[in-house]
Amino acid sequence: MSSIAVSASSAIGKTAAADTGVPVRIAVRNLNFYYGDFRSLKDISLDFYDRQVTALIGPSGCGKSTLLRTFNRIYSLYPEQRADGQILLDGQNVLSPSIDVNELRARVGMVFQKPTPFPMSIYDNISFGIRLYEKLPKSELDGRVEEALRKAALWDEVKDKLRQSGMGLSGGQQQRLCIARTIAQRPEVILLDEPTSALDPISTGKIEELIEQLRSEFTIVIVTHNMQQAARISQFTAFMYLGELVEFGPTTKMFMNPSKKQTQDYITGRFG
Amino acid sequence: MVALSQERVVSRMTSSVRRSTQPNFDRLFRWASLGSALLVLLVLAGIIGAMIYGGWPAFREFGFGFITSSVWNVNEDQYGAWVAIVGTLSTALIALVIGVPLSLGIAIFLTQFCPPWLKRPVATVIELLAAVPSIIYGMWGLFVFAPLFAQYIQVPVSSVVEGMPIVGTILYARTPSGVGVLTAGIILSFMIIPFIASITRDILDQIPSVLRESAYGIGCTTWEVVRNVLLPQAGVSIIGAIMLGLGRALGETMAVTFVIGNANRLSGSIFDPGSTIASRIANEFNEAIGLQLNALMALGCILFLVTFVVLVLARLLISRVKTA
Repeated sequence: MSSIAVSASSAIGKTAAADTGVPVRIAVRNLNFYYGDFRSLKDISLDFYDRQVTALIGPSGCGKSTLLRTFNRIYSLYPEQRADGQILLDGQNVLSPSIDVNELRARVGMVFQKPTPFPMSIYDNISFGIRLYEKLPKSELDGRVEEALRKAALWDEVKDKLRQSGMGLSGGQQQRLCIARTIAQRPEVILLDEPTSALDPISTGKIEELIEQLRSEFTIVIVTHNMQQAARISQFTAFMYLGELVEFGPTTKMFMNPSKKQTQDYITGRFG
Repeated sequence: MVALSQERVVSRMTSSVRRSTQPNFDRLFRWASLGSALLVLLVLAGIIGAMIYGGWPAFREFGFGFITSSVWNVNEDQYGAWVAIVGTLSTALIALVIGVPLSLGIAIFLTQFCPPWLKRPVATVIELLAAVPSIIYGMWGLFVFAPLFAQYIQVPVSSVVEGMPIVGTILYARTPSGVGVLTAGIILSFMIIPFIASITRDILDQIPSVLRESAYGIGCTTWEVVRNVLLPQAGVSIIGAIMLGLGRALGETMAVTFVIGNANRLSGSIFDPGSTIASRIANEFNEAIGLQLNALMALGCILFLVTFVVLVLARLLISRVKTA
């Protein structure tokens, strides 16, 4: 079963490589999702390319956040939610019961709508996640914390107050702290669930800049309500509507010349 | 056009139903509700005043020694609160040591692990525990729990620890009757669990689920989420919940009077009988006259002061829930 899956994904990977020149990191195959009896994702099949930013757009309730939440199986905290189908991360089905979800979540990091600093110091906010999975000597841990904060463009602002609580930072700083916390674990994929929706324009700009830089190392999937944001920062865009994938393609094509009328209507603001 | 005329009819009807705006009645209403609220304050002030007035002769007679003296001799009219204070504090402490971990466990189970269909039954049972009258706890403690406790805990433990340093004193029962400070503490712990557990559950429920999700999101196990994120986030509020339980444990009278043994001497062993402020008052109030009555009133003052401070602190801490 899994060998079929692997060959299927690598075949898709090849065609994608032929199309775009980049390998596939996550391959979603016939994914269905249920909240109790309600089917909120319908037969989604979609590829996410390695070290590219893919934006998920669509009106509220279209299932874009739900899709994102399947990649690290965070939905499984809620017993009434379930998914079937396949999500192949490097050929391995993350929906398989044999997957260690905690390890999966260290490989697939997630940043949420609202900043969620943990009730501990700035330093511990970053080192906590690292220490869960790696035993490092103090000096190396210090290095990893600094590296993560630098990558999240937060180091200069917090380097003198690493021992202070993370709750004391501004909203934008807190969100960059959450991104730093995620990248400190050196994940393969970063999931961003409307990461700027609670932030002011200047903080939003900083986060967008950051995403642009992180692309060289991580595969990024971002859910956004902001069409301009999707156009600015993503290489690929998927438009979803009522639990179905309407259209997927390179962002430039999706915004300049979408194939489906529904996509065009949404992007030009005619509905949603 | 039709709608418009209907509207006019309706408005005329309402104005005819409303006889007048009655400004006098409204003023009366306002003063009456203010009076109800003030009455509570008045009663509270009256109680405090009466306690201080009644206890004052004892404080004047014995001075600060009233608190530190462990003599309570009715025949010689010598009274000291120390034994009762120690008994009150040690039973409450034992109740917390047993009750707090259990309460936290209940709250964490209810908020993190409990399947939805089981949530309501478990929560209801916990709340029912709070509805059991304290006399029932006392009776059950004296007639059922104490004999079993004597037979299966006090006798074997005493024979093991006899002669040992420290534990040989703390856990040695001279007369293994089942009643004593530890028994009272255990019964008290049952009584405070519902309070601490249900308030802690409410506090944990108030923590935004996105914080919990992000802790799971970096690969935490449930233990790590609870230990490192949820409990620190709840922080001082949980201490508030614990203090609310403490306030109840300090003042609980009936159940403790049944099972503590009501001894007037200080003992190093938690298996030995003792007494608390509340149990001493309950035992002696009926026959007390003169200075003894004043001494009991003074005991009451001390208890009132301590529980009042504990409860006020508890309320302040609980209201400071951090909601991120």
